[in-house]
Amino acid sequence: MKSYLSATRLMIIAGLLFLLFGLLCGVLGGLQYITTDFLSGSLPFYKLRPLHVFSVTAFIILSATGSVYYYLNDLHSLSSSVSKKAVLQSYIFTATSLIIIALFIAGVFGGREYLEYPPQLALPIILFWVLFGWNYLKIVKPINFSKAPVYYWMWGTGILFFFITYLESYLWLFPFFRDNIVRDVTVQWKSLGSMVGAWNMLIYGSAFYLMEKISGNKETARKPLTFFFYFLGFTNLMFNWGHHTYIVPSSPWIRITAYAISMTELLIVGNIILGWRKTVTEVQKNFHNISCKLLTAADLWIFLNLLLAIIISVPAINQYTHGTHITVAHAMGTTIGINTTILLASLYFIATQKDNNLYAENKKMIDAGYWLTNISLFIFWISLITAGYIKGKETIAFSNENFRDIMEHIRPILEAFSISGIGVAIGIFLMAYPLLKSFITSPKAA
Amino acid sequence: MGIKPLVFILLFTAYSGYSIFTYTFGTKAPSHAPHADALATKGKLLFQQKNCIACHQIYGLGGYLGPDLTYEMSQPTKGRTYAIAILTAGLNKMPNYHLKQDETDALIAYLTYIDNTARFFNNN
Repeated sequence: MKSYLSATRLMIIAGLLFLLFGLLCGVLGGLQYITTDFLSGSLPFYKLRPLHVFSVTAFIILSATGSVYYYLNDLHSLSSSVSKKAVLQSYIFTATSLIIIALFIAGVFGGREYLEYPPQLALPIILFWVLFGWNYLKIVKPINFSKAPVYYWMWGTGILFFFITYLESYLWLFPFFRDNIVRDVTVQWKSLGSMVGAWNMLIYGSAFYLMEKISGNKETARKPLTFFFYFLGFTNLMFNWGHHTYIVPSSPWIRITAYAISMTELLIVGNIILGWRKTVTEVQKNFHNISCKLLTAADLWIFLNLLLAIIISVPAINQYTHGTHITVAHAMGTTIGINTTILLASLYFIATQKDNNLYAENKKMIDAGYWLTNISLFIFWISLITAGYIKGKETIAFSNENFRDIMEHIRPILEAFSISGIGVAIGIFLMAYPLLKSFITSPKAA
Repeated sequence: MGIKPLVFILLFTAYSGYSIFTYTFGTKAPSHAPHADALATKGKLLFQQKNCIACHQIYGLGGYLGPDLTYEMSQPTKGRTYAIAILTAGLNKMPNYHLKQDETDALIAYLTYIDNTARFFNNN
């Protein structure tokens, strides 16, 4: 039985707990769309939304970082000083996250979308990324990057750019940025758009490593097409923010280029995963069954979100869809269908290194969770698209129509969205629970 | 140096230059564009502290439980009086924050500034 690196174990356990809490907040927030007074006194929507967003983001960051440390340990056998800093990172992030959650519940906000906590709490999070960067540089120092597989590049880029864009997102503290609304909004979404690209780099890097380990094929992570994809993704990370600011005055060519790059990246990832699956033998597939299944589902969601991105990138259509639930469908399809699915694949891979029977012993529960998540997510996704379509159409056609009337018209669709959201949450819980149990009962690192 | 590190450095340099352009000329407001006064700036910070963005959008960015507030102040059926009424008493899912008069004034100033800015840029 293999033991985990302590930091990996701590980060994954904390990440999964934040995921479960985030799912609960998401379900409660969804119910507030279709009820009048549900929890409006104790946990109104303006508290539930940041609780949901922050918790699931904490899951993404912690489980992505934990996965990277696990794979780096696998490749380099990390030194005790690196491990200690990684453990310190997990404590810093977890403690800061708990303070942030407590502040949200108490109604204390900084109020920037997605980074709604008071700005002082950015300091420990910056320290988390400094320690991550420091450790990474120390680990990869002997590597010749010209010949290194793509996952080293992706992990390094993810760490560097999360750090840069996180700092950038706090430029609003300076009057030069804060006092010009166009500059303020533009820089906010420039930084947040790139930040998502940075965590995608961490996640996709781990997906490449995972593919290599499962298939035994070392070529994929080294071939020119993969590096072409990496540099395209890197360009996307730096310039894709344009689609967040479609109606904010800025040069149109930036937005058009951003969409083209973003869509190409998704297409290439899909092709690479498809190509990889063909090389995996049936025996290997069965052995790592749940990771394979999850990567296959992520593959499907990549294509569905690509399709949606193509449609909403057309300016004439974007005019109707911008500021509607269609944007939420794209965000949810990406964070649940792609990011969470790949991360669960990674966590199952790590867990099954210790416990080969994890999937077999919990097959019924995990499979039920897998299917429930994907079917519910599809209904959830379609509901949001339909709600957004109707809202966009009615807003344009009847510009003076009362917002409440429009929301009343889409109420049956929002009910489908809320109920399917419960299905997504239960499905993810069924997949996350055996993982959580496995990581909690696993031995500490030697 | 190999080709890959070189491509990385070139892209990173392009990003740095582009960021500086975005921060300066790319978002430079014309001298006759509306500027935020102290009250509007206070309103903006209050908008953040109350986490209004969780439910409302500015320039189409934000939550979807409530309406986009970018053009709220110039809506023929809404405007200042309507906004003050909502801010003072709440409505449906909009909580009553029990704002003081100066806080309401600051939020109204901020929303008016947003509205003026949005219309200025879209007309220019």
